[in-house]
Amino acid sequence: MSLSTLTKDWEPMSYGFLDASAKREIRRKMLKAVAVPGCQMPYASREVPMARGWGTGGLQVSLTLINPKTTVKVIDQGADDSVNAASIRRFLSRVSGAPTTLDTLDADLIQSRHRIPEEKLREDQVLVLQVPNPEPLRPVQPNMSIARQMHADADYGRMWLQLYEQIVRSGRVMQGASYPSMVNGRHVMTPSPIPRWDVPKLHMAKHLTILSAGREKRIHAVPPYTRVEPLVFDDVPYKVEEHGDLTCFRSGAKGFFMNEIPQDDGSSTYEISDSEYGVKTIKQAEGTETAFGESWYQDGEMS
Amino acid sequence: MTIAIEAPRLVKAAPLLTAQNVSKNYGDVQAVRNVSAEVFPGEVLGIVGESGSGKSTFLRMLNLEETPDAGTYTLDLPEVDGNLFELDRFARRMLCAKRIGIVYQNPHLGLLMKHSSSGNVAERLLVAGERRFSVLREKAQEALEASEFPIERLDAPPIELSGGMQQRVQLAKAIALEPALLLLDEPTTGLDVSVQALVLDTLKRLQQERKITMVIVSHDLGVIRTLADRVMVMRRGEVVEAGLADQIFQDPQHAYTQQLVHAKL
Repeated sequence: MSLSTLTKDWEPMSYGFLDASAKREIRRKMLKAVAVPGCQMPYASREVPMARGWGTGGLQVSLTLINPKTTVKVIDQGADDSVNAASIRRFLSRVSGAPTTLDTLDADLIQSRHRIPEEKLREDQVLVLQVPNPEPLRPVQPNMSIARQMHADADYGRMWLQLYEQIVRSGRVMQGASYPSMVNGRHVMTPSPIPRWDVPKLHMAKHLTILSAGREKRIHAVPPYTRVEPLVFDDVPYKVEEHGDLTCFRSGAKGFFMNEIPQDDGSSTYEISDSEYGVKTIKQAEGTETAFGESWYQDGEMS
Repeated sequence: MTIAIEAPRLVKAAPLLTAQNVSKNYGDVQAVRNVSAEVFPGEVLGIVGESGSGKSTFLRMLNLEETPDAGTYTLDLPEVDGNLFELDRFARRMLCAKRIGIVYQNPHLGLLMKHSSSGNVAERLLVAGERRFSVLREKAQEALEASEFPIERLDAPPIELSGGMQQRVQLAKAIALEPALLLLDEPTTGLDVSVQALVLDTLKRLQQERKITMVIVSHDLGVIRTLADRVMVMRRGEVVEAGLADQIFQDPQHAYTQQLVHAKL
């Protein structure tokens, strides 16, 4: 036996970049967040080699969950090929040795900014959402210590007042992304800035969703098979974006959430926001055998 | 000195509000000292006194915004029992939201100035659990109409309204859930005389039509004389004289009350 057999070679950083104590803390906070769905858990958000506001919260959760066998997918506004998504994907792979994928079906861990993939996630998949502002009460109560009391008392009347004001002023609910939603009938959360289209995907979903805000140092979670109900008036139903009839000009996919591309003549064309779903649709049209998962929406209607 | 207000003999009902030996200190300052009061259903109690006499502090305690250092406070309502000062924060909030209405001297304390007027009224209904937009709208309109608020300005934010209009929105918000107790803290202070008269007329009409139990605080004896059945005079945190309104105004006993009444008249 020699000293070299008892020790490891010096490494420039811990596995998965974060040190063990940071991961332990984040794991504990994730467990707490799962135990009390929708309730924000404070954590000591660490420095990572990325600016605050670019997904540091999501990155820390991903780094905590990752292992060499985890297949990772990273998307930004639905796209796998944006600079931010590509950078985070490459970083995760470099510090963990984990394989990466663009296909939702192959992924174990999906880190996303602002979208939930169009294919249904399974029980063995984890979705990590990057959250800029985790506090749904901030627009109605800037004092955060009062906001926390309001959460404790389930005092959410002012959230409905916000919706009331929107209907009075604009004739409809104007809240586009970050639609406030009641989780498990108790806590109102902001489901990160996902569009209204994606909020019903969280309701009784099979997968675990962890939402993490690095700058604001808060983690909250939606465990599998948990109720997530957007706040609505009893007589004003919840509506998603009217994208059901739109067709992607690249892939021909129809009935999914689209990105609008303004044209020089003032008109608009649309492309599917979930870029990999669009790629799969094109491959299928070209005759390549392609596996599609079951989608949340069928012909623009939640299935 | 402690003076409990005796109820008129003809009233046989149990008091709606009973406060006993309520005291509140802010550091070395005794804001309220051993104040007791009873208010019967449908009755209006006026509290008068100079600035700093403790009348608004006492009112805030009745609204459960302040916790006293000593004393008890009960309301004869089926949903509450015992000393209300001992309720936890959540129970206090729910009780105030559903059964106690308040109009503040400063509308900024009672209103969300940038939300619509109807939204301000709707907020009270929302806290009480109403979740139908059409009902919120209808009830907000009813309450604002009852407060003689011009209905064409239903959705104007209070910040764009005059002081008198803002007080009407506060009043509508306070009465929207038909409260058991309405507290008014200097509701006409800062308004010009003609608007003051209109607000007082509205309050008087509402009180007569709905038989709302009210506690009104004012340093203006004219306001108290117009509305109150009984009057409590406070000075330096203590009650110096209490009795029927006519008795207080026509035959004041305490030197301070005499000074107040004669200064006014």
